[in-house]
Parts: sequence; structure tokens; C-alpha cells
Amino acid sequence: MRYALLMHYREPGEGEISEEAIEAAQEAFGAYGRALESAGVLLSADVLQPTSGTTSVTRREGGLQVQDGPFAETKEALAGIFMVEVPDLDAAIGWAEKCPGAQWGVVEVRPTATAFIDGAWTR
Amino acid sequence: MDTLTSGDGGREAGPGPGAGGPGPGPALRSADVAARDSYGRLLALLAAATSDLAGAEDALADAFERALRTWPSQGVPASPDAWLLTVARNRLRDEWKSARVQRAVPLDAAPDTLAHIDDVDVDAIPDRRLELMLVCAHPAIDRAMHTPLMLNTVLGFTAEQVGRAFSVPAPTMATRLVRVKKRIKAAGIPFRIPDLADLPARMASVLEAVYGAYVIDWATGPQARQLPSEALHLAEVLTTLVPDDPEALGLAALIELSAARAPARFDADGRFVPLADQDPALWDRELISRAHEHLRVAHARGQLGRFQLEAAIQAVHCARGPAGTTDWPTLLTLHRILQAIAPSLGSGVALAAVTAEVDGPAAGLAALDALLLEAGQRARLFQPARATRAHLLDRLGRKEEAVAAYDSAISLTHDTAEREYLERRRDRASGVSR
Repeated sequence: MRYALLMHYREPGEGEISEEAIEAAQEAFGAYGRALESAGVLLSADVLQPTSGTTSVTRREGGLQVQDGPFAETKEALAGIFMVEVPDLDAAIGWAEKCPGAQWGVVEVRPTATAFIDGAWTR
Repeated sequence: MDTLTSGDGGREAGPGPGAGGPGPGPALRSADVAARDSYGRLLALLAAATSDLAGAEDALADAFERALRTWPSQGVPASPDAWLLTVARNRLRDEWKSARVQRAVPLDAAPDTLAHIDDVDVDAIPDRRLELMLVCAHPAIDRAMHTPLMLNTVLGFTAEQVGRAFSVPAPTMATRLVRVKKRIKAAGIPFRIPDLADLPARMASVLEAVYGAYVIDWATGPQARQLPSEALHLAEVLTTLVPDDPEALGLAALIELSAARAPARFDADGRFVPLADQDPALWDRELISRAHEHLRVAHARGQLGRFQLEAAIQAVHCARGPAGTTDWPTLLTLHRILQAIAPSLGSGVALAAVTAEVDGPAAGLAALDALLLEAGQRARLFQPARATRAHLLDRLGRKEEAVAAYDSAISLTHDTAEREYLERRRDRASGVSR
């Protein structure tokens, strides 16, 4: 099954995190990415820019609306997306648990309903 | 324990086993036996193949329905289980095929999930109930649903029966059960035994869920109480699935020892009889010896745990012969160890009560009040703490305080018989004769 591991955490303020801590986190994410890849479960991995860089787009009200900022202001923001392909929830929880983001935030494990593969949506 | 049904969505099984009618024929009886013995086993096997509990329940319910329709005229098959499994399996396969035809787009890596269930030898049906129990107690499922889900799937209780045990309206319980089964399928919770690294924690949740079935026995009163033998059944099933797990054995022993005393818990007028006043002659000797056997095997594993200790405590209570002497010093030691390895409000209150037996009611009350002070708000609504406090004040002759304490315990007691017992004690303490 395909799962999205969605990292959520409070966005740190500028200068709030020391250079060493940033380096340590980068190293941890590097090791995590390599582990996912060598296990053959990784589909994609993206760590996102802070929400200050986000733009929300909708045509819900008819016309195009482009808005600065996330669609919902929350204390903890979506910070990264890891797509993995594993046999079951236990395996997905196992990878979520190893995610560095779980150390300071929450990793949501969300199964895929359908994915666009080889020109068609899977059921 | 009467009806076994698909358990799905509160739907009754229609002409299900145990539905009664005057004098069931051999076909009905045979279906009933098959239902009791193998419902969980068949469901576990079917669900493990597809991870789809609701679908497996539907297929199995269909098989039972067909059995009740055809067995009376065509005769009961030599192996009812094999017959039921074959019918349910065919039904699942048909469903799966027609679903595949309807798919407009290709299924990714279309795995033939039914392949391995086709390989099952229907004459030697493997037992996958441990996998089913592990799914029911999975950490990704709301804790409050672990026990209801287990009763519903492993033992085939209807949503209505489970709802009654948990004091939840049947439609509400049905909705919750449907939702949680959907979640199992959608989230991809696996029907498999986890790695050795994860197994102990997962088994602990399974034991908790079985213990949950035992606890509701005591909370719902004798009239509503339909499940006592089923907590027992669940625990004994578990000991056959994990015969080497000392805590599973301890839990079975604990439930057996409590169930053994059930016949003595109420007098001829249906009034609650506390343990100290029970007639040991009414206790079920067979259940007690079964419990001792389980405890003996458990202790031989040399791994002490909470359930073994609780069972040992019950065993000491059950060792009280007709002479009526209880070994309080041993009980005190056991309660102290229990409170040390698995501290809880309940075990703390029990420790205070036993302290009162060994060192006098003043010492017991001091221990209890210290515990209540520490536990704070949480302890205020804990019925056993309130009832124990009332008894201790009563024994110390502090009648006025005892009456107030009895009042507070009475307001927290759900069991009618026990409430009436507390009312009698309160009236005696206040000098009212009834």
C-alpha cells in the first residue's frame, strides 16, 4: 500500500535554532532518506518551505482567488511529505517512527486512496 | 450467551443460531454448535485473507443463513466448519470477481488476495484468531473500541449485546463498530503476528482488551450481565493461542477464579453478598482447579506480571475453606508487590483494605486517605475507594462520617444489588433498622 507520511510541527522563528542543531537535523534527514531508499520503499520525499512562502489558490467562489499564506492558520504546519510504498500500516508506522520530524513534531500516516500510475488512476 | 450473528451493523442474523423457536432440530443445534465453536475461527481466516472484516462477516453470515436453509432438508454435512468455510469463500470470490469487472481502470499490481485462502485445507482449518485479536487491539484503533470489537468479531456478539454490556445504545455501538472496521481496511492494519520486538507491547493490549471484557462483567449488574462466561471464553481462547505467555495464563486464572465465585455473590433473594460473607461451598471447584493449573504453568515460566499477581490474590481468597480463615498476611504481601509493579488506583484501594485486615482499620484508613490525597480529583468518583472508606469508618465507630461516606459510595454504584447492600450498611450505621 502507498502511504503519505506527513510531517507537522511548529515553525521555528528566525534564528531560533542554532547552526549545529540545523546541521544535526540535516544529517538525520539524510540518513533517513538513505534508509528509505535502500529499503526500496521510497516513492518521493520533500521537506517544504515555511508557510511564509506558501500561496493558496481557489476558484471555489467562481473567480480565481490567489491568497498569500496557507488555507488554514494552524499552530503546527505541514512541513514535509514522504510518499512510501509498504505492505501495511505497521510498516508505515515503523517508518513514521524513524522520521526525524517525529522527534519534535507529529508524523501523520495517511494511506493513499488512489494514485496516478502509468497513465491511469489506480482503483 | 445465546445468539451468534454476523455482528455487522447491529443487523440481526435473521434466522440465526440461537434465534430459538420451539425445539430446534438437529440441524439448528448443529449450526448452533458450529457457530459457537468456530465463528471467530472462520471469521479470522476469511478476514485475514482480505483485511476486510465487514466483507468477511457478510460472507460468513450468508453461509450460516444458507446452512439453516439447506441443512434441515439435505442433512448436516460431516464437517459443518468446512462446509461453512467453503460457502463463505465462494461468496467472497464472487464478490471480488464482480468488483473487478466493474473497475474502469486497472488495479495497481492487482494481487489475488484470495489466492492463499483457496489453499486452505478445509478439513484442517488453521487458527488465525490471534491475528484477529491483535487487529482488534491495534494501537491505531481507539482504545475504547478494543474490547467491543473483540467481543463482536472473535465471539460473534451482536452490536446490541455489546452495546448493552457497555451501556451504549445499540445503534451507537453498531455505528462505532462499522466505522472501526472500515478504518481497519482503509488504514491497512495487517492480520499478522508482529515482530518479536513489537510483540510484547501488542500482546499487552490484547490482554488489556480481554481484561476489559472481564471488568464489564462486574459493572453491569446481574440482569444485564450476559457476558461473564464470554470474558472467560475469550481468556481461555487466548491461552490456547499463546500457551507460553504467563500473563495470558494469569489473566485466564484471574477470570476463572472470579467466575468461580459468581454463584455465591448473590443470595436467594438476589441480594449482593460480599466476599467475606460468601459460602465457599457455593464456589465452582472445577473452575478453581482450572485456574490453579493455569497459574502453575504460568509461574513455571518465571516471569511475574500483573495478571498473575491478581490471580494469585484471588487464589488466596478462594483458599478460604468452610472454616472461614483468610491468609491476610500473604494477601498483604501480594498486594504490596502488585502495587509496586503495576500501581493503579484500584490496587491501591485494595492494598488499603487488606492493610486494615492485618494492621487494623485505623492503619487501613490512613493508607487509603494518603492514597486519595495523592490521586486527587480522579479518586473522588472512584466507587471502590468510597465504599472501602465507608466500611473502614464504620468499623472505627465513626458512624456519622461513615453514613456520609456510604451515601457518596451509593451515588457512585451502578450495580443495583451492590447499591442495596451499601444502603443496608448505611442504615445500620445510622441506627435505622429495616
